[in-house]
Amino acid sequence: MNQSNKHFDVIIIGAGSIGTPAAFFLAKNKIKTLVLDKYPSVGQGSSKRAIGGIRATHSDPAKIRLCLRSIDIFSTWKETYGDDIDWFKGGYTFVAYRDEEKNNLQKLLQTQQKFGLNISWLDQKEMLEVVPDLNPNGLLGGTFSPDDGSASPLLATHAFYRQAKQLGAEFHFGESVQEILIENDRVCGLKTNKAQYTCDVIINAAGPWAKQIGEMGRMVLPVTPDSHEAAITESVSHFLNPMVVDIRPTQGSSNFYFYQHLTGQIIFCITPKPNIWGFNVEETSEFLPLVAQRMLEIMPRLKNIRVRRTWRGLYPMTPDGFPIVGWSKEISGFLQAAGTCGQGFMLGPGLGELLSRFVNNQLTASDEEILPYLSPYRDFSGQELLK
Amino acid sequence: MSDFRIKQHPILPIPEAEIIEFYWQNQKITAHSGETISAALFANGIRVFGHHHKDQSPQGIFCANGQCAQCMVIANGKPVKSCMEKIKADMQVFPANGLPELPLVSNPPKMEEIKKQEVPVLIIGGGPAGLSAAIELGKLGVKVLLIDDKHRLGGKLVLQTHRFFGSSQAVYAGTRGIDIATKLEEELLKYKNVEVWVNTTALGVYSDQYVGVLRDNEKYILIKPKIMFVACGAREKFLAFSGNTLPGVYGAGAFQTLVNRDLVRPAEKLFIVGGGNVGLIAGYHALQAGIGVVGLVEALPDCGGYKVHKDKLHRMGVPIMTSHTILSANGKDQVESVTVAEVDQNFKPIPGTEKSFVCDSILIAVGLDPVDEFYKKGIQYGIQTFVGGDAEEIAEASAAIFSGKIRGREIANALGLDVEAVPQSWYRTSEILKSRPGQSIPEEELEYQEGVMPVIHCTQEIPCNPCSELCPHGLIHIEKDDIRSIPTFLGNGYCCEVCEQCVAGCPGLAITLVDYRNDINEPTVSVPYEFIREPLQKNDTVTAMDTEGNLLGKFEVVSVHSIPESDRTLIVHIQAPREIAPHIAGIQIQDNQISQPMDHYVKNIEDEMIVCRCERVTAGEIRSLIRQGYRDFNEIKTVTRAGMGSCGGKTCTTIIKRLFREEGIPDDEVTDQTKRPLFMEVPLEKFAGVNGGQE
Repeated sequence: MNQSNKHFDVIIIGAGSIGTPAAFFLAKNKIKTLVLDKYPSVGQGSSKRAIGGIRATHSDPAKIRLCLRSIDIFSTWKETYGDDIDWFKGGYTFVAYRDEEKNNLQKLLQTQQKFGLNISWLDQKEMLEVVPDLNPNGLLGGTFSPDDGSASPLLATHAFYRQAKQLGAEFHFGESVQEILIENDRVCGLKTNKAQYTCDVIINAAGPWAKQIGEMGRMVLPVTPDSHEAAITESVSHFLNPMVVDIRPTQGSSNFYFYQHLTGQIIFCITPKPNIWGFNVEETSEFLPLVAQRMLEIMPRLKNIRVRRTWRGLYPMTPDGFPIVGWSKEISGFLQAAGTCGQGFMLGPGLGELLSRFVNNQLTASDEEILPYLSPYRDFSGQELLK
Repeated sequence: MSDFRIKQHPILPIPEAEIIEFYWQNQKITAHSGETISAALFANGIRVFGHHHKDQSPQGIFCANGQCAQCMVIANGKPVKSCMEKIKADMQVFPANGLPELPLVSNPPKMEEIKKQEVPVLIIGGGPAGLSAAIELGKLGVKVLLIDDKHRLGGKLVLQTHRFFGSSQAVYAGTRGIDIATKLEEELLKYKNVEVWVNTTALGVYSDQYVGVLRDNEKYILIKPKIMFVACGAREKFLAFSGNTLPGVYGAGAFQTLVNRDLVRPAEKLFIVGGGNVGLIAGYHALQAGIGVVGLVEALPDCGGYKVHKDKLHRMGVPIMTSHTILSANGKDQVESVTVAEVDQNFKPIPGTEKSFVCDSILIAVGLDPVDEFYKKGIQYGIQTFVGGDAEEIAEASAAIFSGKIRGREIANALGLDVEAVPQSWYRTSEILKSRPGQSIPEEELEYQEGVMPVIHCTQEIPCNPCSELCPHGLIHIEKDDIRSIPTFLGNGYCCEVCEQCVAGCPGLAITLVDYRNDINEPTVSVPYEFIREPLQKNDTVTAMDTEGNLLGKFEVVSVHSIPESDRTLIVHIQAPREIAPHIAGIQIQDNQISQPMDHYVKNIEDEMIVCRCERVTAGEIRSLIRQGYRDFNEIKTVTRAGMGSCGGKTCTTIIKRLFREEGIPDDEVTDQTKRPLFMEVPLEKFAGVNGGQE
């Protein structure tokens, strides 16, 4: 084994949606950072399987704040750094075809507006102006948050990676962590299948594998992956602005959503019911028939668009639907950034910046306000209202 | 507009067609009822179907197989792949310029649940391998479902007008590809336990062991097989060169589809890149269809295809330039010329050797890759999966027929049927049929110059034996247990009765007879001829050629006739001097005027070498990433979108692999791209169970 004498201030486990922007912000702050990933290149775990939706439209202050910051970063990325990441401010709509969803969404709206989100209720007519191709039959309206949008997880994660490298962050691919080295209850390094490193801080940004990494640092993380299937179509000329989310549960699925990416492609995804727990990301025959019928029901115009490719990705779920962010109390220097519940991509930049403040001891008052929601030691019994 | 239909063909019947009218950019033109939109457009000389949304590059037919989206047009307001969609009367067809508009639809369609079905054996692909396996299982009474994406069975056999090589006993050698397809199909249809779905494409093999298929291009069905046999054949490799995506640059499969299935002339003057069997045969097919073949380049010092195929092209007047490569396809909106150059030992073009030729089409035939994704997924997902034919290993169709038969028997064994295991001799035959061409020997002088002597211009070891079966007196000898041996004539000048069966029946058209009986100094030579009969008349003068394509002189035609059971091959008698007659191997059928290089070579510096046609990614972009250290295909995909387009990486993958090798990166350092369904793009409505043409 290569006894690397290299010492790093921070080692991030996982070069995905969280680890990569975190490395960028750490490197920007002159923190000597190494990112390790078991895959051969950046974003090859769950990041590349994300569909690219970015919203601040959540139901709790923590995710709202982190994602508002993410939107700032995504939306100004191209002018600041020059990389095209396919950012498009098309907004999000949660549509209601039944009173039940209408009531729930409207109730939630008050909380969301209280947190300062730009979101409003549209009645049927207004909704059809924003999304003319929605099936008007039975449409009761829905929420619309025009400042949300989308970007390419492939391009964005890669952009963070390139910029992080330029700022001095190191990335080692094809290396899987085998042991976290602990001395006197503080992390002092780690062992991979290829080398050994010393460091002061380890960030667990291992996505669906966060629980296993946590255990290496004596940390119990209630993170369990469940898999969702997605697909992408051919490109057609632009006709759809916002992400359309339908939260009606039906047989076999709870909610589904789709949007038109800047490339003209429709990307869509469904949440299976019951959830499919585990690490399996092999394509199933169930997905396309299930989602296709639901999509055509609310947007008949999609019937002729050709489906190009399907895939499955993992949502690292927590019991209450909120991420786990914070220091280990038992092992100092072990920082968790896990359980993003399928929202890692939209949380990534905001969370990456927060992690860099953690490491630098620069947490703000505003950070302190939201951290209890994310604490690894919360009781996890709550339930997120808008998953 | 001009008519680019093939009206006469020496082999293929030209069916009567119902003429219908449709509109191209509001102009009324005609089509044949039942043909594809692309065939109708080609028949009217229209080869540019639109312009790419990224760089406005002209787009036209590329795969002719539904696999890419380059032939996209807007038909009655709907973006469709013109190679798959049938033309309809009064259809309004427009070019697809830029991204298409998704048509408006007002109401949700009627949707049905997707049907699921279990079968003991599913065969994907009704080409030579799939059909043979199905026949073998049919005989044994096994319940089989065979699906094929085309409207008729036979795979690529149905595009082959030439007689096949191989063993007469084992695999129909000596019969034309199109007729082998019919024979296999007829045999298969005898077995009621085999269900056949044509026009049915497999779209994906899923982890729950279902195979998603689109039946009749209409109905999505999930099939759960106990055993799956993957016989999907091969796909063509492509090349990176300047102008490589200009309309007029085709793969051989697309070209043969247009010519031999759609019966249109996609070219007037064709240039061929690649001297394997596929390129050589495509050249022969072009000549049969009345298309001029300007030349053929092969990068290796010798053609990789059978020598008899090469000789055939040579002596018909097609120059074959070995150790040459293509530099560029030139032209504004379509191919107008080609530039080639000689290459050194490292396959690098030698400056100063550039030459350009006028042509309107370039056929790329630089090798095949197995279509094995369903096989790999089947194995990955725990389905008992077999593979055969080109999907397993690239070889001749005769080998595919035989490997299908073997797999059929193996599947029966796997199902636990009480049948004999595959005999060892079958495996040996299979190996022989798969073997590449072996040694060549120089052509020998005739032993006797009296009576009647056959001259066998077949001097390379290839697996082929029809000649030895055709001679009623058994005078042509090929070793029984190894049909790769070179045929020899066992008699003297007084044994042959001039039945001319060997002349007409040799798949390589490589046997002539020299008849000294009438005039020992001016013998008559029997030469096989597979072109349209009319232009060749008694007393005409023809140019005779030797096997290497050297001119032997102009001689008089004594007769043109066919012999019983000769199956469309004609025999031409020409009279030539005694010293020349044995060397005559064929008749030049194309004026060498067509093969004259241009005065100056054309340098194409405007068009970049495209690697990914769908997303317009250049070789330069990929090379630069490789030099920056990129080793993961998926990362290259991320950054460039190469492989993310409509063909799903089917075209660019091999080119990118080649670029890695050219940059000195060993294969094992490169992470392959992840393959996922779907195999082909399909409208969302099909997955929703929308059936029929509800608008």
